[in-house]
Amino acid sequence: MARVVVDVMPKQEILDPQGQAVATALPRLGFEGISEVRQGKRFELEVADDVDDAQLAKIAETLLANPVIEDWTVRRVES
Amino acid sequence: MSAKIGVITFPGTLDDVDAARAVRRAGAEAVSLWHADHDLKGVDAVVVPGGFSYGDYLRCGAIASFAPVMTEVVQAAGKGMPVLGICNGFQILCEAGLLPGALTRNSGLHFVCRDQWLKVDNTTSAWTTRYDAGAELLVPLKSGEGAYMASPEVLDELEGEGRVLFRYVEDNPNGSLRDIAGITDARGRVAGLMPHPEHAIDPLTGPTDDGLGMFLSALDALVAA
Amino acid sequence: MTDNSADVTASGSGVQAVTDGPTVETGTGAQLPAEERAALDTVLRASSSPDDEQPYRELGLKDDEYARIKEILGRRPTDAELAMYSVMWSEHCSYKSSKVHLKYFGETTTDEMRAKMLAGIGENAGVIDIGDGWAVTFKLESHNHPSYVEPYQGAATGVGGIVRDIMAMGARPVAVADPLRFGPADAPDTKRVLPGVVAGVGGYGNCLGLPNIGGEVVFDESYAGNPLVNAMCVGVLKSEDLHLAHASGTGNKIVLFGARTGLDGIGGVSVLASETFDDSAESGTGRKKLPSVQVGDPFTEKVLIECCLELYHSGLVVGIQDLGGAGLSCATSELASAGDGGMRVDLDRVPLRATGMTPAEILSSESQERMCAVVRPSDVDDFMAVCERWDVTATVIGEVTDGENLEIYWRDELVVDVPPRTVAHQGPVYERPVQRPAEQDLISADNPNTLSRPSTPDELRAEVLRMAASPNLCSREWVTAQYDRYVRGNTVLAQPSDGGVLRIDEETGRGIAVATDCNARYTRLDPYAGAQLALAEAYRNVAVTGATPAAVTNCLNFGSPEDPGVMWQFQQAVRGLADGCAELGIPVTGGNVSFYNQTGEQPILPTPVVGVLGTIDDVTRRIPTGIGGEEGETLLLLGETREEFGGSEWARVAHDHLGGTPPQVDLAAEKLLAEVLLAGSRDGMVSAAHDLSEGGLAQALVETALIGECGARVVLPEGADPFVWLFSESAGRALVAVPRSEELRFTEMCAARGLPCAKVGVADAGSSSVDIQDVAEIPLAELREAWEGTLPALFG
Repeated sequence: MARVVVDVMPKQEILDPQGQAVATALPRLGFEGISEVRQGKRFELEVADDVDDAQLAKIAETLLANPVIEDWTVRRVES
Repeated sequence: MSAKIGVITFPGTLDDVDAARAVRRAGAEAVSLWHADHDLKGVDAVVVPGGFSYGDYLRCGAIASFAPVMTEVVQAAGKGMPVLGICNGFQILCEAGLLPGALTRNSGLHFVCRDQWLKVDNTTSAWTTRYDAGAELLVPLKSGEGAYMASPEVLDELEGEGRVLFRYVEDNPNGSLRDIAGITDARGRVAGLMPHPEHAIDPLTGPTDDGLGMFLSALDALVAA
Repeated sequence: MTDNSADVTASGSGVQAVTDGPTVETGTGAQLPAEERAALDTVLRASSSPDDEQPYRELGLKDDEYARIKEILGRRPTDAELAMYSVMWSEHCSYKSSKVHLKYFGETTTDEMRAKMLAGIGENAGVIDIGDGWAVTFKLESHNHPSYVEPYQGAATGVGGIVRDIMAMGARPVAVADPLRFGPADAPDTKRVLPGVVAGVGGYGNCLGLPNIGGEVVFDESYAGNPLVNAMCVGVLKSEDLHLAHASGTGNKIVLFGARTGLDGIGGVSVLASETFDDSAESGTGRKKLPSVQVGDPFTEKVLIECCLELYHSGLVVGIQDLGGAGLSCATSELASAGDGGMRVDLDRVPLRATGMTPAEILSSESQERMCAVVRPSDVDDFMAVCERWDVTATVIGEVTDGENLEIYWRDELVVDVPPRTVAHQGPVYERPVQRPAEQDLISADNPNTLSRPSTPDELRAEVLRMAASPNLCSREWVTAQYDRYVRGNTVLAQPSDGGVLRIDEETGRGIAVATDCNARYTRLDPYAGAQLALAEAYRNVAVTGATPAAVTNCLNFGSPEDPGVMWQFQQAVRGLADGCAELGIPVTGGNVSFYNQTGEQPILPTPVVGVLGTIDDVTRRIPTGIGGEEGETLLLLGETREEFGGSEWARVAHDHLGGTPPQVDLAAEKLLAEVLLAGSRDGMVSAAHDLSEGGLAQALVETALIGECGARVVLPEGADPFVWLFSESAGRALVAVPRSEELRFTEMCAARGLPCAKVGVADAGSSSVDIQDVAEIPLAELREAWEGTLPALFG
């Protein structure tokens, strides 16, 4: 078994009001120096050893992300 | 021998009841379609209604777009069957690839329920022939993820080909690009919009009956077929 | 939040939305390992270790209550039994401080009032017959403390809970309404709490597909630190489909269905865990103390609603109970109590979503979206098939026995063996000391009529605008726009109308109206009168829609019952409400009590929220709220205006003053007003109606003009004191618009019935201002800016 992490982020050109709301809230709480915040999703998968990278890519782009508005990255991590 | 229009129910669908009422009010027979069945029951058109299918898990409409019934809808649409996606239904049609673009979180971050003015920009699609060009309609909008997004190329194409059905007027309630409230596919048979025409069929329970025209248009298209 | 597993292979094998966490090994009936069995607190063990120390005080039980449990059982309770008793005997579940006072409702309900009730106090919700074979169920409930801790989830699960109560009556939930109360509008903590609560109410209710058709938003400093989130739900059913919560029929199965059971809301019960094992990594002292917040999933509940309705309509359910506060402890003991036999439950069969849960924890869990049904053995397969169709987890966890006790097993060991009624209904009953506070007389003597008043036209004009923009009178659109009002297509009137009106039957047009109200400032000045005024206002708000008030629910929000002054307020409020209902002839069908709403020594204002439900034969005859619907309407003020400013919104806004006596209560006058409005709506004599309450006539005029988007020319009666006429809060009044053609007929009817009726002007669609002769002319645009601007400026 392996652990795989898929990060899904909104494409740069897509309006991200949630990220903006976080960025606006930070200075109000006294945190300075943060110029931009983008909010995305992280998926953690437990995958069998025979699931290859091509399949993971397919999973990411067919289901976990909507390629019209989101970018994704897949990483194998230490369990 | 009235036309039959299917209304799909997914787990979490809410406005199927209202869509069915609008279909009947327009004079067609409303047929209930179940998400898990590969069966359109011989209907002549399909409405994918509003609600929170699968609780909006993952992304709005994402999981519903893989439902068995949607395979049939995609196939039927390919053969020219009129399909209407309302709100969550619009999201499902985009996720299923029947319409371009995607719907994202309202720019104001709040769920918005209001009576919204819309301008009719296309009167040739199967769902909008009953309207006059430039007509202004007052129809309820109720959504939290209604901002229409697409690349500039897609937006240019939609506008260039006259495939924007409705635009928000007075003020843009959710940040939809180019004020787009609803669009249609290249053949003008598949339509999607965020506002709810099925809630504007009777001034007793809605702001106007401006929404009825969409269902009447579809009936015209079916009768003509 | 929740994970989803997705089956993406092949065409259309469908995707399962698993709405809960990882599957956990539930007991397979295998024997416990010896070490665990030795540590498990079974009935056997409890019988043989009477002197074992138990943390009953940490669980909220008093010494005498613990002693009583031992007396009932003839031994010390097991951990699981202790958890059950402690949670079921808590104030929230047992009503121990309020029972002696609430009895008064039963004592004052006449047979005539009971005539239309199909279910009353004590059931999950009240039910009344509205004719044509239809019945309506409705109830108000509170979820106050959790909403302070976690505003979104507190409010969301509050909605979820009341909706399940309605489902447990066999009804389809069809609408919600939420009276909300917060600290001062501009307080920093209000900015934390209000948006979260509103988002939670909307987030959960919208996803369930329930139109939000009414409610309130009230700001007062006494709620800072103690927001009040009361949630109402209305359901509809055919009278013959009424389901009550009881388990009867030996051999009938107990089925738990809905979400899996986890550690939500366990809070205090986790102290028991430290008493079991020493060093297990997964439980006992290894586990952190958990927060008491429950997390809801409205999608699971939506699916549960549809599943339940299909089960009901298929006749597969003998009895049903929802799992709310006190979870399985409550559901099992209530079902068993209401039945005629005993019950046996196997906790091993409960589907879990956390590992290593102890029996006490499973019984106390407040995981949301769960129901418990009693099913004939021959129907179990069909029941399961329906659940599977809706992808709802369902498990047989026990059965009705012919014994007397509720017996609960864990890993084949008996861990609970109790007489169910002692848990569910025979909890402690307290006679808390009641004492009228000394300062009550001082407050009454603090006469608001001595406060300085605006008198010149300029001053009055400024006051009208200042009042319209004040937090308690300004438009609530910022809040209500976050709620879906349209879903299911039967909403005929919703905010900002006085009452929400819903069509029940599309063919006949039969419908219902609901309103919730309470002025806690009036109640502080005089709790008896204040409760009656809350009832009067809700009654009036139903009547102005053209509906006939028929039943009452309530949510009594008070401070600590250990404060004799608070208990006096409570006692007086209950009496006032009960006596008022008897005079109006409409029964209290159910309600809720929330105590301990206070921070330190200072209780909240006594807030007995009253909900009134009415019926309307034909919703097309309902009366809208805004003027301008007809050509040339005359504006009439019905009822009597007196100089009454005690507890008024003007006294608060202009002077931060709370003193004197509240407006006079005259329930006979309220009844008369309601009858006239009903006749007016039936005969088409009234084209708009708006009740008068906080802010008086000025506020009613502002609202009716802005809602109708229509100007008005107002002329106050000869010799009237403009300030008094504009801002007094005398009860029993409504502003109506009558088409000129109907004016004579209507005013003659009022005269014949003895209802005071004064012409105060005309609607003027051609005008874009409200023009009060000799006082002020205010453009609608200016009024709108004042009225609509306040909440968006505060909350964004």
